[in-house]
Amino acid sequence: MCGTGHLSGAHGADRPEEGGEESQAVFAAMLEDSAEDLYESAPCGYLSTLMDGTIAKINATLLDWLGLPREALVGRRRFTDLLTVGGRLYHETHLAPLLRMRGEVGGIALEIKRADGGRLPVLVSSVVKYGESGDPLLIRTTVFDARDRRSYEEQLLRERKAAEEARREAEADRARLQDALAVLQASLLPDSLPRIAGVEAAAHYRTASPDRLGGDFYDLFPIDGKRYGFFLGDVCGKGPRAAAVTSLTRYTLRAAALHDPDPVSALAILNEALHERYSAGDPRYCTAIFGTLEHDPVSGQVAITLAAGGHPPALVLRADGTASFLPTPGGLLIGVLPAAHFTSVTTVLSPGDTLLLYTDGITEARTGADRSALYGEKALRDFTAGHAGQSPQAIVKALATLLDGFGAGLDDDTALLALGAPTTGSLK
Amino acid sequence: MDIARRNNVSVTGNPQGPVVVLAHGFGCDQNMWRLTVPALADDYRLVLFDYVGSGGSDPSAFSEARYASLEGYAQDVVEVCEALDLRDAVFVGHSVSAMIGVLAAERAPERIGALAMVAPSPRYIDDVDYHGGFSAEDIDELMTSMEANYLGWSAAMAPAIMGNAERPELGEELTASFCATDPDMARVFARATFLSDSREDLKKVDVPTLILECTQDVIAPREVGAFVHGAIPGSTLVTLGATGHCPHLSAPEATNTALSGFLAGLR
Repeated sequence: MCGTGHLSGAHGADRPEEGGEESQAVFAAMLEDSAEDLYESAPCGYLSTLMDGTIAKINATLLDWLGLPREALVGRRRFTDLLTVGGRLYHETHLAPLLRMRGEVGGIALEIKRADGGRLPVLVSSVVKYGESGDPLLIRTTVFDARDRRSYEEQLLRERKAAEEARREAEADRARLQDALAVLQASLLPDSLPRIAGVEAAAHYRTASPDRLGGDFYDLFPIDGKRYGFFLGDVCGKGPRAAAVTSLTRYTLRAAALHDPDPVSALAILNEALHERYSAGDPRYCTAIFGTLEHDPVSGQVAITLAAGGHPPALVLRADGTASFLPTPGGLLIGVLPAAHFTSVTTVLSPGDTLLLYTDGITEARTGADRSALYGEKALRDFTAGHAGQSPQAIVKALATLLDGFGAGLDDDTALLALGAPTTGSLK
Repeated sequence: MDIARRNNVSVTGNPQGPVVVLAHGFGCDQNMWRLTVPALADDYRLVLFDYVGSGGSDPSAFSEARYASLEGYAQDVVEVCEALDLRDAVFVGHSVSAMIGVLAAERAPERIGALAMVAPSPRYIDDVDYHGGFSAEDIDELMTSMEANYLGWSAAMAPAIMGNAERPELGEELTASFCATDPDMARVFARATFLSDSREDLKKVDVPTLILECTQDVIAPREVGAFVHGAIPGSTLVTLGATGHCPHLSAPEATNTALSGFLAGLR
């Protein structure tokens, strides 16, 4: 490629009779272009060095770029003396060993120092010339002016760096956001369940995506010396707005229960609070089960009263190995209508019985080979029947394993809360 | 963890011979020892490897935190020695590897019984009463040079190395990895190398030590060789009639003679 410019216009030389006198003259000029002149005035630098780097021969083009006379270099300086210090280091650690091993290197980007203090970006290619016995004799080096190319490459490098920086920032932002979301999510759930004499409790929360705040919630808290309140529910939607409603719901229910622990009354107050917001332009509602429990230390039984609004029915798992739903007919979605109607039901848990509350994340998990079928309430009842009689902890653990098995079929959050009357054996 | 695979360990030479570990410096990989191996293979069991981030090492084992200082590379040496259960090995380190060997010998004295340093420097940047040969700006400039070759990296360094008809002893199977280091990892190694200061560590060396220096070496000038010699009690300094920073490539005969003499003296 070096020197091709000199050959342009030479096509006519093949047929001088067609070009007339002018091309004849061009052709004659070509013949005048001696190898020596081509070497000296080539549009690239030529350099021959001994194996120790001492400059033995250098062409006029390179001398002109350097701004130095021939006698200052030949026999006096080494090739590395022409380079910047950084380039010299690169030469010694990369280029020189590569040249020794391969006998040639091509396209190495370096900078040469000019006499006026300026620097010239160049591309260097070198080849070792060997003697007849195979001994290396000298190194021939070609030096190309790389100013244009280097500035383009530098621009590419700058853009690459900017892109990498942007990616790092985006990752840091994402990590910060996930931290914030995790803290916010944790604030919607109790840190741990209270220990209640004569009652065993276990809960599980599974978020479908770490990037999205879930809308499921549950809680278990003391009301007075004897009674405890509990609830579990699901705010429609996800994200920060749903989380705000979840927070409102949790604290409204807690406050309502302290005022009047009747489940129907607590849900009615929640309905009022949510509906006010609903009609003010945030059309969010929730489904929830709210209940109270009271332990009888004499019988070991736990009396449950609960009411629900639009929520899947609770399951009661009996010590005898059966499981059945505990329907709360007529309960409407909470927050949609100004005056909602709720009904309450009661049941008694004997030792070994467990009440299970859940959100529809589990019943609407997609199953089957093509993930088109829903897991469903019946399957859940049958599954839990297989664990009836076990402790709430064991039941929740079995359900968590079931959720793991759904894998990608689980696309909504799931909350589980199990409350049980322990058998006499497990009380010890 | 498979250390042999991680560090691309190869063992060659005489299986019954004393163990010699050959460690490459910054810039290339174990292929740098190709002209050394034939001279030592008859008498010694030779262990070659690539530091993580260089040559044929496993790039997934690289961590910037570990390899940002020479300690991380010394840990590679110790782990290679442990994986092969080496005892009293002679550690031959080129350039920065000489100092990595010092750190490794300090960590695992039962593994390393002698040091041979090829063109060593304990500190590259000038300091009060110390001439390393470079300023901090020079090292920044090296980083720029490395970046300038960043885009051309794959084109200039990575293509399979052609067989060299004129020099058949180099063989045709030289791997494509020769000098073809991942640029990001190479930058980390460059910083760890050229910003290191191992002068204090030299004083703790208490094994037989050979120092090989060249008459003309911009990276490890002769006054640095004299400094290393003065800092390690009982060390031997040999000045090779060679130029450049890689005497094992530019003057293999002289280098091999000096190494063989040192190794023979240890037996």
